[in-house]
Amino acid sequence: MTNHWVDIKNADIVLIMGGNAAEAHPCGFKWVTEAKAHNKARLIVVDPRFTRSAAMADYYAPIRVGTDIAFLGGVINYLLSSDKIQKEYVKSYTNASFVLNKKYRFSDGLFSGYSDAKRSYDPATWGYDKDKAGYAVVDETLQHPRCVFQVMKAHYSRYTPEMVSNICGTPKDAFLKICEMIGSTAAPDRAMTILYALGWTQHSTGSQMIRTAAMMQLLLGNIGISGGGMNALRGHSNIQGLTDLGLLSNALPGYLTLPRQEEQSFEGFVKARTLKPLRPNQMSYWQNFPKFHVSLMKAWYGNAATRDNNWAFEYLPKLDKDYDILQAFELMGQGKINGYICQGFNPVGSAPNKAKIVGALSKLKFLVIIDPLATETSEFWKNYGPYNDVDPAKIPTEVFRLPSTCFAEEEGSLTNSGRWLQWHWKGADPPGEARGDPEIIAGLFTRIRAMYAKDGGAFADPIVNLTWAYKIPAVPAPEEIVLEYNGKALADLTDPKDATKVLVKAGDQMPGFAFLRDDGTTSCGCWIYSGAWTQAGNQMARRDNSDPYGMGQTLNWAWAWPVNRRILYNRASSDPSGKPWDPKRKLVFWNGKAWDGADTPDMRPDAAPEENVGPFIMTAEGVAKLFVPAGLVDGPLPEHYEPFESPIPVNPMHPRNPNVRANPAARVFKDDLEAFGTPKEFPHAATTYRLTEHFHYWTKHVESNAITQPQQFVEIGEDLAKEKSIKDGDKVKVRSNRGQIEAVAVVTKRIKALECNGQKVHTVGIPNHWGFKGVAKMGYLANTLTPFVGDANTQTPEFKAFIVTIDKA
Amino acid sequence: MSSLQSLDLKQRSATTTPSPSVRSTVEVAKLIDISKCIGCKACQVACGEWNDVRDAVGRNVGVYDNPADLSADTWTVMRFTEYEEENGRLEWLIRKDGCMHCADPGCLKACPAPGAIVQYSNGIVDFIEEHCIGCGSCVTGCPFNIPRISKQDNKAYKCTLCSDRVGVGLEPACVKTCPTGAITFGSKEDMIEQAGERIVDLKERGYQNAGLYDPQGVGGTHVMYVLKHADKPQIYHGLPADPHISPMVGLWKGALKPLALLVMGVTALAGFFHYVKVGPNDADADDDSAETPAKP
Repeated sequence: MTNHWVDIKNADIVLIMGGNAAEAHPCGFKWVTEAKAHNKARLIVVDPRFTRSAAMADYYAPIRVGTDIAFLGGVINYLLSSDKIQKEYVKSYTNASFVLNKKYRFSDGLFSGYSDAKRSYDPATWGYDKDKAGYAVVDETLQHPRCVFQVMKAHYSRYTPEMVSNICGTPKDAFLKICEMIGSTAAPDRAMTILYALGWTQHSTGSQMIRTAAMMQLLLGNIGISGGGMNALRGHSNIQGLTDLGLLSNALPGYLTLPRQEEQSFEGFVKARTLKPLRPNQMSYWQNFPKFHVSLMKAWYGNAATRDNNWAFEYLPKLDKDYDILQAFELMGQGKINGYICQGFNPVGSAPNKAKIVGALSKLKFLVIIDPLATETSEFWKNYGPYNDVDPAKIPTEVFRLPSTCFAEEEGSLTNSGRWLQWHWKGADPPGEARGDPEIIAGLFTRIRAMYAKDGGAFADPIVNLTWAYKIPAVPAPEEIVLEYNGKALADLTDPKDATKVLVKAGDQMPGFAFLRDDGTTSCGCWIYSGAWTQAGNQMARRDNSDPYGMGQTLNWAWAWPVNRRILYNRASSDPSGKPWDPKRKLVFWNGKAWDGADTPDMRPDAAPEENVGPFIMTAEGVAKLFVPAGLVDGPLPEHYEPFESPIPVNPMHPRNPNVRANPAARVFKDDLEAFGTPKEFPHAATTYRLTEHFHYWTKHVESNAITQPQQFVEIGEDLAKEKSIKDGDKVKVRSNRGQIEAVAVVTKRIKALECNGQKVHTVGIPNHWGFKGVAKMGYLANTLTPFVGDANTQTPEFKAFIVTIDKA
Repeated sequence: MSSLQSLDLKQRSATTTPSPSVRSTVEVAKLIDISKCIGCKACQVACGEWNDVRDAVGRNVGVYDNPADLSADTWTVMRFTEYEEENGRLEWLIRKDGCMHCADPGCLKACPAPGAIVQYSNGIVDFIEEHCIGCGSCVTGCPFNIPRISKQDNKAYKCTLCSDRVGVGLEPACVKTCPTGAITFGSKEDMIEQAGERIVDLKERGYQNAGLYDPQGVGGTHVMYVLKHADKPQIYHGLPADPHISPMVGLWKGALKPLALLVMGVTALAGFFHYVKVGPNDADADDDSAETPAKP
């Protein structure tokens, strides 16, 4: 979230799209009801199904699965062509005025730089024109034909209301009504918040869907303001913490990244990430990258990380490719990964194409499961009749189960969607032999390290030299781990302007990341978490809910990263002169001497408005990027592509170019390409999702949840039911090119057939909570059906759009 | 609930002596704002947890409602209705169903067992199971089809409005749990005022017939709904438009009472002989055995 849960109450319009907040985030949804009750907010829901969120909406419109870029691109076209944008904001706070490279092109569904053979782009032509000083050229009149504003206008002019309706199946009048409601928030005194979740991320164009929405918010001036923002509702109480700490195959803590294979030199690695400002006076905060990176290496390797060995740069793995979950299971299936540690993860249920996952696990030598529950993955080798029809005699994999604790059986912090780190305390002792995850990992690590220390081995240094200064090495305490994340001074840190003044004493906890150094005198395990546990103690355990500005900011409740800032880019809540756009929303403003207000300012505190320091301090431009010159693999502007499996045989935007039917830059493995179905055989759109009554595959182990939603079902519209003679409560079988499930049919008015590109599209809704373990009725894993392809940028699997056929069982 | 309450009584079933009433309590009400209810069923779970009753894991019968109906072990359920207005606009109406705690309770009127049904001075209608004779009269007397007779102990059960919690100054468990604030609890006066504010908001959003459901045919209720379509309560899964106590209850209290008592006596006697000759009823074998997987 750029904003936070409580701030939703300050919105005038709430748009739920690419998510189903009422269904999947019932507790957070209270802030939507607050906005409606106390701020007269209107709720818009756009979803293929009339969901629980839609039941609460003031206005609902249907959309075909996987077509959100077309819809949002259409809104952008509406905003630009009817001048419903916040002009001053767009001009001053976005890269609308930046002039693009002459060689940039977009034609026939492809951006310049595409290689057919590699299925990837070289982004060299996507940059800005530069002046002699190396700064980007801008045209503040926004008239230059190659400025981002004009390029964008031309790009989205193709997304007419007719085109939107044709692709999305959304009735034109409903689309225009929503455009009008959204457009009302271009006024500086109106704000729209967007709540989304996996309904946007789980597409082969997921990152670009989210970007399209963010661009729309920027045009409306809705980023950095109270009641606005792009708000990703995280699906798990600590999944924000997971990403923050870099538990992804290509990441390091705090959104630092691992070197690629071609980055063997430390200088090159650092230079590529130390972004110089692209405009005068900009902060370009990544200029501090060396401080964050060196402090991380000091936290990990202590005295073994020195200036002479480039702070142990050679210890870091250099990626030849990303090792995301899809890649890992592909390699496992090829026999190239033969041991797997599966911690708090149930891939047999949670990864696409169950048959492929079970096949891959069956080739392992060993599988370690760290989980409080007996998961489907822990028993993938066991025959459960039609639900898991395998022959254990043919599976050699040795499975070890290490029972772990649940959240309530341990203390520590959870990071919520709003980036708040909230400390929690243990509520109960774990049952039986269960141990906390740190203890299990530490147990494995200390034994492996002892073996390396004794017997040596290939490249033992990164293992034997790892800092492990916990009081009980086999049981690191949560406090000790957080102290390490926060970081400390390794020597007295003196004021650069006055060497006699000590800012932080040697051994003290860091007050925040602004004090970090790149000379080895500071250590910090996760720079964005610096400030969570300072010399003043555990900031995450604070529970003061006073709200002096009455905006729900409560800066003394827990602690938010970065630097306890609750709304990111909040400098943009004031106009260029430092005055709030909306006097009712005085979030951050210039008080004549410094930035002041209800939040920690996202700006150098003494940067006077006349200095023209842009509010998007993390970008080299200082402003937000409507057009992205680098960083995304599938294009600088979002474009509609069909899902890899779609009931529509062409991309209606580019009907004559079959190569751009689906995302041309998404990675697809050969076997998986062959496992895609054709609309002829599988004519119906399908999508998977959660229900309020359950949490993923966990709560089917809980009696109360099992009672409220006991048995697997699929939802279909009345038209399709009639066509197939299916009645409420009938058993049906749903088949994709990868497998088949059986479930009870729920026939509903809430899923309507849509008219798309001249054909009628039915949607089959497939909730994903059942499996062969737990106390609910046994069911088939929904991922028996789903395709093995992910978003081009993140590799998040395309669970939200594929094709099936359905029949009475 | 048992009769060990710190609440005063207003009336008791089949009792003519005065009820204890030295303390004065405020008349309470639970207000269910259907326009804020997302149907998450947290209230159902909270009810089961607090009262420590729960049904077996059931099956899906083609709708979201689960358990599919009220029972002796399920005192509140969410009822889902898909309703299409004349203009084609779809609404998913979700109503939390359970005892309405009528001011003029048909169950209590109909009950022949002394003190088996009581009404506290705060308005809550409670079943005192140790006095219940399992005759089912309360089922007949209820205009909302709420009480259920347990197959296990042949007693009647329903929502107590958490009289045990309310008696010590707490809100009912469902209110405590509701994540969206759709269920609130307080004095009936306050709840009516709060409903008034909600109705103004709903009218502003185009629901011209928004209103409060507090049916006067049963003297008003201590569970009230805010409805977007108060002119058509029956679209909310058959919520009665104008509930009244069945005339059969009045009849029962009059001429038919001795006759009915006789029939009841004969039935009980027949049951006794059935037990002696045939033995107790066995629960049916698990009809789900067919779904038990093959053991590897």
